[in-house]
Amino acid sequence: MSTLHFSHSQHAHCESGVTANLLRHQGINISEPMAFGIGAGIFFAHIPFLKVSGTPGTTFRTWPGAIFKRVTERLHIDIHTQKFSTPEKAMQALDDVLAAGKPAGMLSSVYYLPYLPEAFRFHFNAHNLVVYGKEGNEYLVSDPVVETTTRIAPEDLAKARFAKGTPEPKGFMYYIKSAPSQVQYEKAIQAGIKQTCFFMLSPPLPWFGNKAIGLLAKKITKYPQKLTPRKASLYLGNVIRMQEEIGTGGAGFRFLYAAFLQEAGQLLQRDDLQQYAKELTAIGDDWRNFAYSAARLMKDRKNDLVSFDELGDMLRAVGDKEKQFFHKLQVIKW
Amino acid sequence: MKVNEVPQDPKDFREGDKITKVMYAVGDDGKYTSVNSAGWEPDNFATKQAWDAVDEELAATEQLVRSGQLSPIAYYMQKCLMDVALLAKYAGKWQWQVKRHMKPSGFAKLSDVMLQKYAEIFNIPVTALTQFGK
Repeated sequence: MSTLHFSHSQHAHCESGVTANLLRHQGINISEPMAFGIGAGIFFAHIPFLKVSGTPGTTFRTWPGAIFKRVTERLHIDIHTQKFSTPEKAMQALDDVLAAGKPAGMLSSVYYLPYLPEAFRFHFNAHNLVVYGKEGNEYLVSDPVVETTTRIAPEDLAKARFAKGTPEPKGFMYYIKSAPSQVQYEKAIQAGIKQTCFFMLSPPLPWFGNKAIGLLAKKITKYPQKLTPRKASLYLGNVIRMQEEIGTGGAGFRFLYAAFLQEAGQLLQRDDLQQYAKELTAIGDDWRNFAYSAARLMKDRKNDLVSFDELGDMLRAVGDKEKQFFHKLQVIKW
Repeated sequence: MKVNEVPQDPKDFREGDKITKVMYAVGDDGKYTSVNSAGWEPDNFATKQAWDAVDEELAATEQLVRSGQLSPIAYYMQKCLMDVALLAKYAGKWQWQVKRHMKPSGFAKLSDVMLQKYAEIFNIPVTALTQFGK
């Protein structure tokens, strides 16, 4: 089977990274922040009753699959997406795509990817990677969170693509059919920013968007009364992990989004967007301070230096700043 | 975050130092750039804590299996970071059935086919289930 040449770049986040890598393969020179911003990747949700491995679900990003779909739609790129009923069909379809000379993006579970360090391998089923060729009996993999390209055995890849749980990837695979030689960024950037502001500010439910930051702040102040110290520490730890550990580029994607605003400002020659990038960078630094303080509290559970009340206040302040920020971003004139 | 503030604290557990991650930070010229980071102490701590909790709970379950209060299914389920809901999906069983298999009495009645299925899910030989702790 043919082996394609695929130019791999490491990125912060798997989906915006895969999107950027696949588009670059098509000759569209797009950066990760630009893909992330046009795809409206930034978000926040805290759903206390949805437990993930025993801790309340918290996310700083939009749902899986959305970034690739939105970016290709907004840049008028023709794509193919497909789910499968069995691993056999899914692997055959992958082989067919590779034989046709195309790299394919797909969803996988990090638990079944042997090339990742054990520290990162838990049952997270929405990890994106690119398979760009086959050599001998091994698939050639471009995983955007890893420095270099790697390889995987077919059995492992099949397991990763058909992991059970929530969500189930069901072999989900996507590739670019054709792309225009020139893409227009301006409208795509506008659409991405508008959608981001809408999702941050509009959800009427307390668990989604900016409101959920306040909800998490309120919950944190109640941890000492409602939870054992061990549980409280694990709950806080999970927020830090979602914010910093899993390829967010720092501060729960805030720096990645600020980088997008800056690049968009340069491209469209708009000083206001550059100014907003600076503002969001400062908000990102506040998120980092929150994580730092939370870790101090976790390490010394009797620590008087930072209390749960203060931690909640810190987070509430960040949430208020972000609310103002997205309100301003929402009403900019195009 | 400035480029020179990007933390480089190694994640020195469970091969965590095998890869570095990309962070976005502001350079001297005010422009964003990507920088590789070995890790950051607060998130290393949070991740380590989560793994330690897994280890502690696994050790507790191992004791319960050895003392005959739970079956090896319970132990390997936890070892594979699964819960009952997830294991039931992999096994193609209802949750109440899996819960029954997690008790020594239910485990004793498991067919060879079902034992084989569990062994495949956990990626272990069948003897690891049937000869647990021996």
